[in-house]
Amino acid sequence: MTAATEFDLKSFVLLRLGELRYAVAADATIELLPLSRVFRFPHKTPEIEGVILRRGRIIPVCDVAEALVGKRTVSRRYYLIATRRFGSQTEWVALPVTGECELINAGLTALTAASETDEPHVGGWLSHEGEIIEVLNLGALTPGPDQPLPQRRVPQQLQTEPAGQDEAEMRP
Amino acid sequence: MPAPAPANPRALPSEQIILFRIGEQLFAVSSASVQEVRSADTLASAATEISVSSVPQVRYFMKRGEQVLFLVDGAAHFGLPASQGILAFVLRNTRAVLLVHSIEKMSTMTRLQALPLTFCHEERQWYRGLTALDQNVVPVVYPEGFLSAENLALLDAAFPPKGETPGKQNAPGTEFIP
Repeated sequence: MTAATEFDLKSFVLLRLGELRYAVAADATIELLPLSRVFRFPHKTPEIEGVILRRGRIIPVCDVAEALVGKRTVSRRYYLIATRRFGSQTEWVALPVTGECELINAGLTALTAASETDEPHVGGWLSHEGEIIEVLNLGALTPGPDQPLPQRRVPQQLQTEPAGQDEAEMRP
Repeated sequence: MPAPAPANPRALPSEQIILFRIGEQLFAVSSASVQEVRSADTLASAATEISVSSVPQVRYFMKRGEQVLFLVDGAAHFGLPASQGILAFVLRNTRAVLLVHSIEKMSTMTRLQALPLTFCHEERQWYRGLTALDQNVVPVVYPEGFLSAENLALLDAAFPPKGETPGKQNAPGTEFIP
Protein backbone atom coordinates (compact mmCIF):
# COMPACT_ATOMS: atom_id res chain seq x y z
CA MET A 1 0.00 0.00 0.00
CA THR A 2 1.38 3.39 -0.92
CA ALA A 3 1.33 6.35 1.38
CA ALA A 4 -1.18 8.01 -0.92
CA THR A 5 -3.72 5.20 -0.73
CA GLU A 6 -3.23 4.88 3.01
CA PHE A 7 -4.07 8.55 3.29
CA ASP A 8 -7.21 7.97 1.26
CA LEU A 9 -8.59 5.47 3.76
CA LYS A 10 -11.17 6.55 6.31
CA SER A 11 -12.17 4.53 9.34
CA PHE A 12 -15.73 3.80 10.32
CA VAL A 13 -17.42 1.91 13.10
CA LEU A 14 -20.28 -0.25 11.89
CA LEU A 15 -23.05 -0.62 14.43
CA ARG A 16 -25.95 -2.98 14.34
CA LEU A 17 -29.60 -2.20 15.01
CA GLY A 18 -31.59 -5.38 14.51
CA GLU A 19 -30.94 -6.61 10.99
CA LEU A 20 -29.52 -3.33 9.75
CA ARG A 21 -26.03 -1.89 9.94
CA TYR A 22 -25.09 1.76 10.07
CA ALA A 23 -21.73 3.52 10.02
CA VAL A 24 -20.32 6.24 12.22
CA ALA A 25 -16.99 7.92 11.54
CA ALA A 26 -14.47 6.21 13.81
CA ASP A 27 -13.09 9.51 15.00
CA ALA A 28 -16.55 10.29 16.40
CA THR A 29 -16.62 7.17 18.57
CA ILE A 30 -15.07 6.51 21.96
CA GLU A 31 -15.75 2.95 23.07
CA LEU A 32 -18.24 0.11 23.23
CA LEU A 33 -19.66 -0.50 26.70
CA PRO A 34 -21.70 -3.32 28.16
CA LEU A 35 -25.18 -2.34 29.30
CA SER A 36 -25.36 -0.58 32.62
CA ARG A 37 -27.99 0.99 34.79
CA VAL A 38 -29.88 3.87 33.20
CA PHE A 39 -30.68 6.64 35.65
CA ARG A 40 -33.94 8.35 34.83
CA PHE A 41 -35.31 11.69 35.95
CA PRO A 42 -38.07 13.95 34.67
CA HIS A 43 -37.34 15.82 31.44
CA LYS A 44 -39.05 16.80 28.20
CA THR A 45 -36.67 15.47 25.56
CA PRO A 46 -38.36 12.24 24.43
CA GLU A 47 -35.38 10.94 22.46
CA ILE A 48 -33.33 10.71 25.66
CA GLU A 49 -34.00 7.75 27.95
CA GLY A 50 -31.85 8.83 30.84
CA VAL A 51 -28.17 8.82 31.65
CA ILE A 52 -25.49 6.28 32.46
CA LEU A 53 -22.52 6.77 34.72
CA ARG A 54 -19.12 5.87 33.32
CA ARG A 55 -15.99 6.54 35.38
CA GLY A 56 -17.59 9.60 36.94
CA ARG A 57 -18.86 10.96 33.65
CA ILE A 58 -22.62 11.26 33.15
CA ILE A 59 -23.60 10.30 29.60
CA PRO A 60 -27.08 10.68 28.07
CA VAL A 61 -28.59 7.57 26.46
CA CYS A 62 -30.22 8.22 23.11
CA ASP A 63 -32.00 5.37 21.34
CA VAL A 64 -31.58 6.25 17.67
CA ALA A 65 -33.32 3.06 16.53
CA GLU A 66 -36.72 4.69 16.72
CA ALA A 67 -35.68 7.31 14.19
CA LEU A 68 -33.79 4.82 11.99
CA VAL A 69 -35.85 1.65 12.03
CA GLY A 70 -39.11 2.90 13.49
CA LYS A 71 -39.00 1.13 16.84
CA ARG A 72 -36.92 1.16 19.98
CA THR A 73 -34.21 -1.44 20.40
CA VAL A 74 -35.58 -4.28 22.49
CA SER A 75 -32.62 -6.64 22.48
CA ARG A 76 -29.86 -4.14 23.10
CA ARG A 77 -26.49 -5.51 24.09
CA TYR A 78 -24.07 -2.60 24.24
CA TYR A 79 -23.78 1.15 24.26
CA LEU A 80 -21.66 2.70 21.56
CA ILE A 81 -20.24 5.85 23.09
CA ALA A 82 -19.97 8.48 20.40
CA THR A 83 -19.21 12.16 20.35
CA ARG A 84 -21.79 14.73 19.39
CA ARG A 85 -20.77 18.25 18.44
CA PHE A 86 -22.70 21.32 19.57
CA GLY A 87 -20.95 24.21 17.87
CA SER A 88 -17.54 24.35 19.47
CA GLN A 89 -18.52 21.93 22.26
CA THR A 90 -18.32 18.16 22.06
CA GLU A 91 -20.23 15.82 24.35
CA TRP A 92 -20.51 12.08 24.68
CA VAL A 93 -23.73 10.25 23.92
CA ALA A 94 -24.52 6.56 24.48
CA LEU A 95 -26.25 4.83 21.57
CA PRO A 96 -27.84 1.45 22.40
CA VAL A 97 -26.90 -1.16 19.78
CA THR A 98 -27.99 -4.74 19.35
CA GLY A 99 -24.68 -6.38 18.49
CA GLU A 100 -20.96 -5.95 18.45
CA CYS A 101 -19.49 -3.17 16.38
CA GLU A 102 -16.91 -3.54 13.67
CA LEU A 103 -14.10 -1.16 12.77
CA ILE A 104 -13.46 -0.93 9.03
CA ASN A 105 -11.25 1.13 6.76
CA ALA A 106 -12.90 2.28 3.60
CA GLY A 107 -11.28 3.82 0.56
CA LEU A 108 -12.67 7.14 -0.49
CA THR A 109 -14.02 5.48 -3.62
CA ALA A 110 -16.33 3.46 -1.37
CA LEU A 111 -17.89 6.64 -0.04
CA THR A 112 -20.72 8.60 -1.61
CA ALA A 113 -21.74 11.99 -0.29
CA ALA A 114 -25.32 12.48 0.88
CA SER A 115 -27.61 14.09 -1.64
CA GLU A 116 -30.21 16.77 -1.06
CA THR A 117 -32.96 14.19 -1.13
CA ASP A 118 -31.46 12.16 1.71
CA GLU A 119 -32.74 12.50 5.26
CA PRO A 120 -30.82 15.01 7.40
CA HIS A 121 -29.37 12.22 9.53
CA VAL A 122 -27.66 10.67 6.48
CA GLY A 123 -24.09 11.91 6.37
CA GLY A 124 -23.23 9.79 3.33
CA TRP A 125 -23.24 6.26 1.98
CA LEU A 126 -20.62 3.58 2.36
CA SER A 127 -20.18 0.58 0.11
CA HIS A 128 -18.87 -2.36 2.12
CA GLU A 129 -18.89 -6.08 1.31
CA GLY A 130 -21.59 -5.60 -1.27
CA GLU A 131 -23.81 -3.70 1.13
CA ILE A 132 -24.70 0.00 0.98
CA ILE A 133 -24.59 1.38 4.50
CA GLU A 134 -25.83 4.73 5.76
CA VAL A 135 -23.17 6.89 7.39
CA LEU A 136 -24.90 8.59 10.30
CA ASN A 137 -24.80 12.30 10.97
CA LEU A 138 -25.20 12.20 14.75
CA GLY A 139 -25.71 15.95 14.89
CA ALA A 140 -28.98 15.53 13.02
CA LEU A 141 -29.94 12.22 14.62
CA THR A 142 -29.63 13.15 18.27
CA PRO A 143 -31.42 16.07 19.91
CA GLY A 144 -29.79 19.34 20.78
CA PRO A 145 -30.42 23.03 20.81
CA ASP A 146 -30.59 24.62 17.36
CA GLN A 147 -28.13 27.22 18.51
CA PRO A 148 -25.58 27.11 21.31
CA LEU A 149 -27.26 27.95 24.59
CA PRO A 150 -25.89 30.71 26.74
CA GLN A 151 -24.45 29.55 30.04
CA ARG A 152 -26.96 30.22 32.78
CA ARG A 153 -25.65 32.17 35.73
CA VAL A 154 -25.29 29.88 38.72
CA PRO A 155 -25.62 31.84 41.93
CA GLN A 156 -24.78 28.90 44.19
CA GLN A 157 -21.32 28.06 45.43
CA LEU A 158 -20.47 25.20 43.10
CA GLN A 159 -19.97 25.95 39.41
CA THR A 160 -21.11 23.46 36.84
CA GLU A 161 -18.54 21.81 34.67
CA PRO A 162 -19.28 21.05 31.03
CA ALA A 163 -20.97 17.71 30.49
CA GLY A 164 -18.21 16.61 28.14
CA GLN A 165 -15.40 17.20 30.60
CA ASP A 166 -13.48 14.27 32.01
CA GLU A 167 -13.69 13.57 35.70
CA ALA A 168 -11.73 16.30 37.35
CA GLU A 169 -11.67 18.43 40.39
CA MET A 170 -14.18 21.24 40.53
CA ARG A 171 -12.83 24.66 39.99
CA PRO A 172 -14.03 27.08 42.65
CA MET B 1 4.30 23.87 69.82
CA PRO B 2 3.70 22.01 66.55
CA ALA B 3 2.96 24.12 63.53
CA PRO B 4 -0.64 23.94 62.37
CA ALA B 5 -1.22 21.61 59.48
CA PRO B 6 -1.22 23.49 56.18
CA ALA B 7 -4.55 23.79 54.46
CA ASN B 8 -4.94 21.09 51.87
CA PRO B 9 -4.45 22.88 48.57
CA ARG B 10 -6.19 20.04 46.78
CA ALA B 11 -9.34 20.13 48.90
CA LEU B 12 -12.35 20.15 46.62
CA PRO B 13 -14.94 22.87 46.83
CA SER B 14 -18.21 21.43 47.98
CA GLU B 15 -21.79 22.39 48.49
CA GLN B 16 -24.31 21.24 51.06
CA ILE B 17 -27.42 19.81 49.47
CA ILE B 18 -30.75 18.43 50.59
CA LEU B 19 -31.80 15.21 48.89
CA PHE B 20 -35.55 14.99 48.68
CA ARG B 21 -38.19 12.92 46.97
CA ILE B 22 -41.22 13.78 44.94
CA GLY B 23 -43.07 10.50 44.58
CA GLU B 24 -40.27 7.97 44.09
CA GLN B 25 -37.97 10.38 42.27
CA LEU B 26 -34.89 11.69 44.02
CA PHE B 27 -33.79 15.31 43.56
CA ALA B 28 -31.27 17.61 45.19
CA VAL B 29 -31.37 21.27 46.05
CA SER B 30 -28.69 23.46 47.54
CA SER B 31 -29.41 23.80 51.24
CA ALA B 32 -28.46 27.47 50.91
CA SER B 33 -31.53 27.88 48.72
CA VAL B 34 -33.94 26.56 51.33
CA GLN B 35 -34.98 29.09 53.91
CA GLU B 36 -37.39 26.92 55.82
CA VAL B 37 -38.96 23.47 55.79
CA ARG B 38 -42.49 23.06 57.06
CA SER B 39 -45.21 20.51 57.08
CA ALA B 40 -47.66 21.41 54.32
CA ASP B 41 -50.45 20.98 56.89
CA THR B 42 -49.18 23.95 58.86
CA LEU B 43 -49.56 26.13 55.77
CA ALA B 44 -53.07 24.98 55.02
CA SER B 45 -54.84 27.69 56.99
CA ALA B 46 -52.61 30.40 55.51
CA ALA B 47 -53.03 29.22 51.95
CA THR B 48 -55.73 30.42 49.60
CA GLU B 49 -56.76 28.75 46.40
CA ILE B 50 -55.79 30.24 43.06
CA SER B 51 -56.45 28.90 39.59
CA VAL B 52 -54.50 29.87 36.49
CA SER B 53 -55.01 27.31 33.77
CA SER B 54 -51.60 27.82 32.20
CA VAL B 55 -49.84 27.38 35.57
CA PRO B 56 -51.50 24.19 36.81
CA GLN B 57 -48.68 23.35 39.20
CA VAL B 58 -49.78 26.25 41.43
CA ARG B 59 -53.09 25.85 43.21
CA TYR B 60 -52.47 27.92 46.33
CA PHE B 61 -50.79 31.11 47.37
CA MET B 62 -49.98 32.55 50.77
CA LYS B 63 -48.95 35.94 52.07
CA ARG B 64 -45.79 36.45 54.08
CA GLY B 65 -45.55 40.02 55.18
CA GLU B 66 -45.89 42.01 52.00
CA GLN B 67 -44.81 39.13 49.79
CA VAL B 68 -47.10 36.71 48.02
CA LEU B 69 -45.66 33.21 47.73
CA PHE B 70 -46.98 30.50 45.44
CA LEU B 71 -47.13 26.84 46.47
CA VAL B 72 -45.74 24.74 43.64
CA ASP B 73 -46.84 21.12 43.48
CA GLY B 74 -43.52 19.44 42.65
CA ALA B 75 -45.20 16.38 41.14
CA ALA B 76 -47.24 18.52 38.75
CA HIS B 77 -44.21 20.66 37.91
CA PHE B 78 -42.11 17.65 36.89
CA GLY B 79 -45.04 15.69 35.44
CA LEU B 80 -44.70 12.89 37.97
CA PRO B 81 -47.60 10.60 38.83
CA ALA B 82 -47.74 11.45 42.50
CA SER B 83 -50.06 13.20 44.89
CA GLN B 84 -49.33 16.66 46.24
CA GLY B 85 -46.35 16.80 48.56
CA ILE B 86 -46.66 16.94 52.31
CA LEU B 87 -43.53 18.97 53.06
CA ALA B 88 -43.03 22.56 51.99
CA PHE B 89 -39.63 24.06 51.11
CA VAL B 90 -39.77 27.83 51.41
CA LEU B 91 -37.11 28.81 48.88
CA ARG B 92 -34.84 31.83 49.22
CA ASN B 93 -34.87 34.58 46.62
CA THR B 94 -37.89 33.17 44.83
CA ARG B 95 -41.61 33.34 45.35
CA ALA B 96 -42.00 29.59 45.12
CA VAL B 97 -42.76 27.26 48.00
CA LEU B 98 -42.04 23.75 46.75
CA LEU B 99 -44.23 20.87 47.90
CA VAL B 100 -42.30 17.59 48.15
CA HIS B 101 -42.95 14.19 49.71
CA SER B 102 -39.95 13.53 51.90
CA ILE B 103 -36.42 14.51 52.76
CA GLU B 104 -33.98 11.68 52.13
CA LYS B 105 -30.93 13.21 53.80
CA MET B 106 -28.50 16.08 53.82
CA SER B 107 -25.36 15.50 51.81
CA THR B 108 -22.39 17.22 50.21
CA MET B 109 -21.63 17.36 46.53
CA THR B 110 -18.17 18.09 45.21
CA ARG B 111 -18.94 17.89 41.54
CA LEU B 112 -21.80 19.25 39.50
CA GLN B 113 -21.93 18.31 35.83
CA ALA B 114 -23.85 20.56 33.48
CA LEU B 115 -26.96 19.02 32.02
CA PRO B 116 -25.86 17.45 28.71
CA LEU B 117 -26.89 19.58 25.75
CA THR B 118 -28.92 16.72 24.32
CA PHE B 119 -31.46 17.66 26.98
CA CYS B 120 -32.82 20.61 25.12
CA HIS B 121 -36.27 21.45 26.39
CA GLU B 122 -37.86 22.74 29.62
CA GLU B 123 -35.53 20.68 31.74
CA ARG B 124 -32.78 23.20 31.04
CA GLN B 125 -34.75 25.65 33.16
CA TRP B 126 -35.39 23.04 35.84
CA TYR B 127 -31.90 21.79 36.62
CA ARG B 128 -28.56 23.34 37.50
CA GLY B 129 -26.98 20.07 36.52
CA LEU B 130 -26.48 16.48 37.58
CA THR B 131 -24.41 15.07 40.38
CA ALA B 132 -23.27 11.52 41.07
CA LEU B 133 -23.83 10.45 44.68
CA ASP B 134 -23.41 6.93 46.04
CA GLN B 135 -23.45 5.40 42.53
CA ASN B 136 -26.65 7.27 41.78
CA VAL B 137 -27.24 10.24 39.49
CA VAL B 138 -29.31 13.01 40.99
CA PRO B 139 -30.66 16.10 39.23
CA VAL B 140 -29.92 19.30 41.14
CA VAL B 141 -32.82 21.72 40.79
CA TYR B 142 -32.76 25.44 40.17
CA PRO B 143 -34.91 27.07 42.84
CA GLU B 144 -35.62 29.83 40.33
CA GLY B 145 -36.82 27.25 37.82
CA PHE B 146 -40.11 26.45 39.51
CA LEU B 147 -41.81 29.65 38.43
CA SER B 148 -40.74 31.49 35.30
CA ALA B 149 -41.18 35.23 34.94
CA GLU B 150 -44.10 34.46 32.65
CA ASN B 151 -45.68 32.17 35.28
CA LEU B 152 -45.30 34.87 37.91
CA ALA B 153 -46.84 37.50 35.66
CA LEU B 154 -49.84 35.25 35.04
CA LEU B 155 -50.19 34.44 38.73
CA ASP B 156 -49.84 38.07 39.77
CA ALA B 157 -52.50 39.03 37.25
CA ALA B 158 -54.85 36.54 38.89
CA PHE B 159 -54.07 37.79 42.39
CA PRO B 160 -55.85 38.63 44.57
CA PRO B 161 -58.87 36.57 43.63
CA LYS B 162 -62.03 38.55 44.18
CA GLY B 163 -63.42 38.36 47.70
CA GLU B 164 -60.49 36.29 48.97
CA THR B 165 -58.07 37.30 51.64
CA PRO B 166 -55.10 35.23 52.67
CA GLY B 167 -55.47 33.46 55.97
CA LYS B 168 -53.44 33.97 59.07
CA GLN B 169 -49.89 32.79 59.11
CA ASN B 170 -48.93 29.83 61.18
CA ALA B 171 -46.03 29.28 63.49
CA PRO B 172 -42.65 29.27 61.78
CA GLY B 173 -41.12 25.98 60.75
CA THR B 174 -37.57 24.72 60.87
CA GLU B 175 -35.16 27.43 59.84
CA PHE B 176 -32.32 26.25 57.61
CA ILE B 177 -29.09 28.09 58.25
CA PRO B 178 -26.52 26.67 55.82
